[in-house]
Amino acid sequence: MRSEGAKAGLGLKLAAAGGLLFLHLPLLMIVVYAFTTEEKSYQFPPPDLTLKWFAVAWAREDIWEAIWLSVQVALISTATALVLGTLAAAAVARRRFFGRETVSLLIILPIALPGIVTGIALRSAYSLAEIPFSFWTIVLGHATFCVVVVYNNAVARLRRTAPSMIEASMDLGANGFQTLRYVLLPNLGTALLAGGMLAFALSFDEVIVTTFTAGQQTTLPIWMLSELVRPRQRPVTNVVAVFVIAVTFLPILAAYYLTRGGEQVGGSGK
Amino acid sequence: MGAAVATAADGRTGFWTRLSDLLYRRSGLVLALLLGPPLLWIGVIYVGSLFALLLQSFFSIDEFTGMVRPELTLKTYGELLHPANLDIILRTVVMAALVTLVGALIAFPIAYYAARYARGRLKAAFYIAIMLPLWSSYLVRVYAWKLILAKEGALTWGIERVGLTPLLEGLLSLPVIGGPSLSFSYIGTFLVFLYLWLPFMILPIQAALERVPASMIEAAGDLGARPGQAFRTVILPLALPGVVAGSIFTFSLTLGDYITPQIVGTSRLFIGQAVYIHQGTAGNIPLAAAFSVVPILVMAVYLTIAKRMGAFNAL
Repeated sequence: MRSEGAKAGLGLKLAAAGGLLFLHLPLLMIVVYAFTTEEKSYQFPPPDLTLKWFAVAWAREDIWEAIWLSVQVALISTATALVLGTLAAAAVARRRFFGRETVSLLIILPIALPGIVTGIALRSAYSLAEIPFSFWTIVLGHATFCVVVVYNNAVARLRRTAPSMIEASMDLGANGFQTLRYVLLPNLGTALLAGGMLAFALSFDEVIVTTFTAGQQTTLPIWMLSELVRPRQRPVTNVVAVFVIAVTFLPILAAYYLTRGGEQVGGSGK
Repeated sequence: MGAAVATAADGRTGFWTRLSDLLYRRSGLVLALLLGPPLLWIGVIYVGSLFALLLQSFFSIDEFTGMVRPELTLKTYGELLHPANLDIILRTVVMAALVTLVGALIAFPIAYYAARYARGRLKAAFYIAIMLPLWSSYLVRVYAWKLILAKEGALTWGIERVGLTPLLEGLLSLPVIGGPSLSFSYIGTFLVFLYLWLPFMILPIQAALERVPASMIEAAGDLGARPGQAFRTVILPLALPGVVAGSIFTFSLTLGDYITPQIVGTSRLFIGQAVYIHQGTAGNIPLAAAFSVVPILVMAVYLTIAKRMGAFNAL
């Protein structure tokens, strides 16, 4: 490709740059709006800038409660997904067995189908089984689609782990558990960390499935959604949005640095 | 590591060693132990729920009591054929198709540049620039457009600055796609969908383009193809599975979204909103279930076609 020293044409460069701007400018707007003094409308440019909304948001009990619920849900869902996703990845990564394709399809299904299908499916299952909405009905849904993220990261890493390492460990007299403890898990560590962080970000931010499984409970995204549909204090919503951007960006970047240098892993197939 | 070797050298007597040997000989048992928990989880919770959904869609609502009648019937599916409901389905599918088409057009140059020209640090930057929006908060991204498209918002301001206000007003006065402001029109809904799902289109196209061997393009050149010709006859056909793979995401995600059209758009419903309203305030879970079977069917057809075109190799 580079051998002919080809340079990209101006048109291509402009189109690519334009596309990337389209992807990134909108989030910048949110940050700008978090500092506006205008309360009632989305006036642009902001008449003046202020920091007071950060203080107002900080003092709001309902926001803290929503954040705490979201964090709890995300932590438990991520932990569940880490166990289930790693097990599934270990089974699928190297072995060939009857129904292997079906297993990977099943695991990917919760994100391949539109989110609303997952949501309404869980909702009708709860309704048929007469399970009342609770903290755990949210976790069930979240853990289900978080499994995929962990699974994708773990499978990719396992496929890159040379089989000779495992054989060498066995040849040196380690039993299966020792090989797992000293060879496989250290190798898998960063992939699991990355998968876990992405799963956390995914769960922390999930709203489509959650509205169907939460009942009257308010996670942070549900709080935001209700503010978007019926705005009460717009600048406070802007501040929360900036907070959410920060909370989700960090794990994504960290996950990228943990898994780079191989086939693309981090986000392949959200 | 040292500890591992020391204990391992103790001979094959310890409990764990014997257990490990047993498991090594019975790899089927290991497989069952590994697969059991995740399959049980997904099987019971997810597949079970999908069956519950399917089952509910064959139930119906008793018109007098408003309760769900647990008898199998096709009545609820019949309701889908009401003109109003058909409208909803058609509107959603057309929107999904448009978003997919325009998404592919915008995504291609980005993917092409990232795959063929970006190197080293620039390539990593491209990758992050595409991944960040993909993983960052969906709601916040929709919200950003609420700000941008508002009548008093940034886009109107920008358009006024460059003197194109008459054009915008003309656009908004058009029937069907127009509206009081961009944030209350189909144009707005379309823009937000386009923005939301663009990364899902870029990544598979980029992956497909990266697999086109450079030698093949050189060969095309050596055989006398002009760059445009080489692009049309070599690169584009090889990138097509990537485009189709990306379109699976954009299509499916648009079909199932119920939040975007609620925040940016007109009061006319999309499939997702219909599902949401029927299960919620209306309490008509059977109709909601039947509605949500529509995107599943549309996607099944779509996936069958995509598979024929080799899209799954590009995922």
